Amino acid sequence: MSEFISANLPYLLAGVSVGGQYALIAIGYTMVYGILRLINFAHGDVFMVAGLVMVYATASLPIYVSVILVIVVTVLLGVLIEKVAYKPLRSAPRMSVMISAIGVSYLLQNCALYFTGGLPQNYPKIPFLSKVIQVGPASTKMVTVITPILTIVLVILLVLLIKKTKVGMAMRAVSKDFETSELMGIKINNVISMTFAIGCFLAAIGSLLYFSNYTSVIPTSGAMPGLKAFVAAVFGGIGSVPGAVIGAFIIGICENIIKGLGWTVFSDAFTFVLLIVVLLVKPTGIFGEKATDKV
Amino acid sequence: MKKILALLLAGCMAFALAACGTPAEPADDGGEDTAAAGDTVVIGVYEPLSGDNGAGGKQEVLGMQYANSVAPTVEIDGKTYNVKLEIADNESSNDKAVSAANTLISKGPSIILGSYGSGVSIAASDTFEQNGIPAMGVTCTNPQVTEGNSHYFRICFLDPFQGTVLANFAKDELGANTVYCLGQLGNDYDQGLLKYFQQAAEEKGMTVITDSFPEGTSDFNSYLTTAKNKGAEVIFAPTSISYAQLIVEQASAQGITMPLLASDTWDSNVILSAAQGKDLSIYVTTFYAEGGNPEFEQGFKEWINADSTNLSNNGGDDTIAAVSVMGYDAYFVALEALKAAGSTDPGAVMEALPGVTYSGVSGDISFNEIGDANRTTAFVKTANVSENVWDFVAVQGVE
Amino acid sequence: MGKQLKKKRAPEEKAGALIAVVLLVAFYVFLFLLDNAIPTNSVTVMLIPVLKKSAIFALVCVSMNLLNGFTGLFSLGQAGFMLIGAYSFAIFSIPAGQHDAVYQYFNGGAIRFSIPEILSGVLGENAGAFWGSIICIIIAGLVAAVFAALIGIPVLRLKSDYLAIATLGFAEIIRAVFQWDGLGVVTNGSNLLRKYTNFHDIKIQIGGTIFQLDTLFPVLIATVCILIIVLLVNSSYGRAFKAIRDDEVAAEAMGINLFRHKMLSFVISSFFAGVGGALLAMFQTTVQAAPFRTSMTYEILLMVVIGGIGSISGSCIASFLYIAASEWWLRFLDSGGITVMGTHFDIPFFRDGFRKVVFSVVIMIIVLFFSRGIMGDKELSFAGMIRKIRRRKEAKGAAAAGKEGEAQ
Repeated sequence: MSEFISANLPYLLAGVSVGGQYALIAIGYTMVYGILRLINFAHGDVFMVAGLVMVYATASLPIYVSVILVIVVTVLLGVLIEKVAYKPLRSAPRMSVMISAIGVSYLLQNCALYFTGGLPQNYPKIPFLSKVIQVGPASTKMVTVITPILTIVLVILLVLLIKKTKVGMAMRAVSKDFETSELMGIKINNVISMTFAIGCFLAAIGSLLYFSNYTSVIPTSGAMPGLKAFVAAVFGGIGSVPGAVIGAFIIGICENIIKGLGWTVFSDAFTFVLLIVVLLVKPTGIFGEKATDKV
Repeated sequence: MKKILALLLAGCMAFALAACGTPAEPADDGGEDTAAAGDTVVIGVYEPLSGDNGAGGKQEVLGMQYANSVAPTVEIDGKTYNVKLEIADNESSNDKAVSAANTLISKGPSIILGSYGSGVSIAASDTFEQNGIPAMGVTCTNPQVTEGNSHYFRICFLDPFQGTVLANFAKDELGANTVYCLGQLGNDYDQGLLKYFQQAAEEKGMTVITDSFPEGTSDFNSYLTTAKNKGAEVIFAPTSISYAQLIVEQASAQGITMPLLASDTWDSNVILSAAQGKDLSIYVTTFYAEGGNPEFEQGFKEWINADSTNLSNNGGDDTIAAVSVMGYDAYFVALEALKAAGSTDPGAVMEALPGVTYSGVSGDISFNEIGDANRTTAFVKTANVSENVWDFVAVQGVE
Repeated sequence: MGKQLKKKRAPEEKAGALIAVVLLVAFYVFLFLLDNAIPTNSVTVMLIPVLKKSAIFALVCVSMNLLNGFTGLFSLGQAGFMLIGAYSFAIFSIPAGQHDAVYQYFNGGAIRFSIPEILSGVLGENAGAFWGSIICIIIAGLVAAVFAALIGIPVLRLKSDYLAIATLGFAEIIRAVFQWDGLGVVTNGSNLLRKYTNFHDIKIQIGGTIFQLDTLFPVLIATVCILIIVLLVNSSYGRAFKAIRDDEVAAEAMGINLFRHKMLSFVISSFFAGVGGALLAMFQTTVQAAPFRTSMTYEILLMVVIGGIGSISGSCIASFLYIAASEWWLRFLDSGGITVMGTHFDIPFFRDGFRKVVFSVVIMIIVLFFSRGIMGDKELSFAGMIRKIRRRKEAKGAAAAGKEGEAQ
């Protein structure tokens, strides 16, 4: 038994840790989708940019200042993207906004390619997170243990924010009915900016954790985690924050179990199979609300 | 019906109009006399400068650029020509290969060097052939690059050889009986070398476990765990540098003590800096070991340090990568070929190439009937984690 | 169409069609000369691959437009179907003698015949390669269509962005399956497929002379396929597709079978994506699953958007501009500076990757400020142009007459 645990504990640890990092990205997707009905394809790339900012910031600044800088820059970037690329298209068809999101993603990746010169960037060590520790029989980085705890704390705070504060109430109202809430005097644009700010804040935290674990940043680093986080958001029921988090943990753990079983070739494909199955069986996800199409 | 036809034709006309907007130049300005015009001979450099293999490609180009700074002119048939390097980025991607190759051809090269990465070389091979331009692989080790091609040559050893060397080393020096092999899915270099390694290892009675990871993977923890659980004594992972960096980092975090064995791709200072100060043993086979030619090394280091762009392209320090040495040698082999051809005409260079011999920094270079270099040895190096350098281990051959 | 309609046709339409036919034939003749008579120089060596590739992408864009622009189904699976097409084409046209070399890790593979080679035995070498590759292209399309039909059954029940993400997921799954070693005897696993028939092998023999069809062949195939799509869009099926795009509920109320029509559009679009994939395989001369990733679908989508969603001529123009700009005209941005009149100016920020930055900024500007694209949902029509010119002339004439009147 103990042998079984020591053999398989690392898979579980990796799964939980990856799951936590997906969760932090997935929240950004789910909140934006909840309010704007937009798959923000650029979100994964914002996450990658956060990683690059950290690489460049630590070249000249002390590590903790850099951490704060990363968070500030990422939040500003998120809000800026919304103002420049999505706001002008608010009355346009949904497909146009989604194409704009794809365009932004393309732009961010190409800018990253230009600035890094195509070379993988080595992510700096954050002393506390990068420390190697023993968990039972397995050896791992501190970040692996910190991630799920921090994720859950942040999610609880976020849920409180959404349920108890005025901003949160406004967010819920906007996601229920865009036009009516505008008529009720809610400043839609502020609410949307706030949503992007929160999403990007969490993505910045996610990037700190993710890249402390996987210490190399390349222009396409954000693409796969972004896609998987989106799948997690759909899995949990898009628009629901706890749903996204649970979905992310399930995907993270399943993915690593698949790898442990030797089906490594299909570890990514599995995520998409799961997505399609969920969409077909329960299109609203685990926690999603039932939506009716208006005619 | 006619309206439909009109619409359709209109659609196709879009092409016609746009195409005719760029007039084709008159025929009398043909390619043959261009070389004579400026007393310049063009050597095309077909390398990845971005993508998975960007780091390695840049180091290979550095070797050629240094060689170009050492020998900027060449005497062909009694006339001195300036040598111009024209570089095209193939983005480490097969779908960009053809257009990158055509960009090079439009510059009128006499010979093309490259590429780092076998897949892109194979993908561009037909384009070079159709335009009658000889190509010389520098560090692409997959046999399919030259096989059945009369226009593709190469100056490095091949994967069947490298795989056997690695398997022998794993068995004889590292004493391994079980090896865990890990390669990128969809990458023909990784998968090809794994196959040759597996063949050689199984002949030697070793047990081989193979696994593949999809493109874009950054979480290698589970793979390393599997290696440990299956009782592997050596991990063999001939991946590209970007993944190698992650594997090294995560192996150390997981407290993996078994040796990591890899091929020429890992011979890079990126790996050294990732492994620095960690309790890991990393072995690679490669084309050149530092210390082989002090004169060259000193010159190269001075040249690298003199320019900040070169320094950052070399990964931030002046460690000499074997691919740079190969790039350097490739440039001189190309000059030899031009001299032997006595002309800048690509066709003449192609005919002259099989007979070219050159004594380079990485060893003596001559071609066999397939167009591959006659190489019988590879260097094995290990990462010195405390001093951040590669230590020479052994020269390995196949008997 | 009835005789009455024909009688009513304006003379502009006839003239427009005539101009179109003349220009198209002139274009074909130009391509034929390009392949055979005009010697290679620094312009044609770039023009030829750009023409080939943009013809291929024009076809793929039009096939995506059929789905996204005319039926209103937002699918992002195009790269996956192209991959299927490319592989099917390559697998059936690798010469038997090359199997051992290509499938060297899989003992020569499972499929050991080549359709062009078999036909060469019957029809002679040139005709064999020509008709053999056309058969292989059709097979490629059919295989892609069969996959589409299978995928469509579950997926087409989804709506808008859920459909997009599900098709995107399928494309990724297909890519993983094709790279899997378990199917290596057919797909060659992670290794390249090569040595199959490519554009350079396409020749015709007229009298005693052999003519190359390098560039003309892909353009011809693309034109024929686009013609078929145009006919479809203008048929009653096409009208049903548009009805579905504009309002699903209303379309269903009118008696249009939603699922059947969506499926039809999806399968046909995938067929042509498969044909596009086969042509791309011929163009690249090697096939590997890796490049057919999501970003390829995104690029196709951006071309469609630049051309105008719902405009077939727009897709064709945009794909040429996109390919030419990204692979030819903007290359100088990467080269460290510009050369004007023989002097070289170093510009510090002109280095590798700058081309792509400029390119993506241009794309964002188009998406944000010209969201209708080059053509909107209109088509390029010579009849329309003639009408416009005539109207302008008439207006001028009228104005001149008016002025004369005033002067008097």
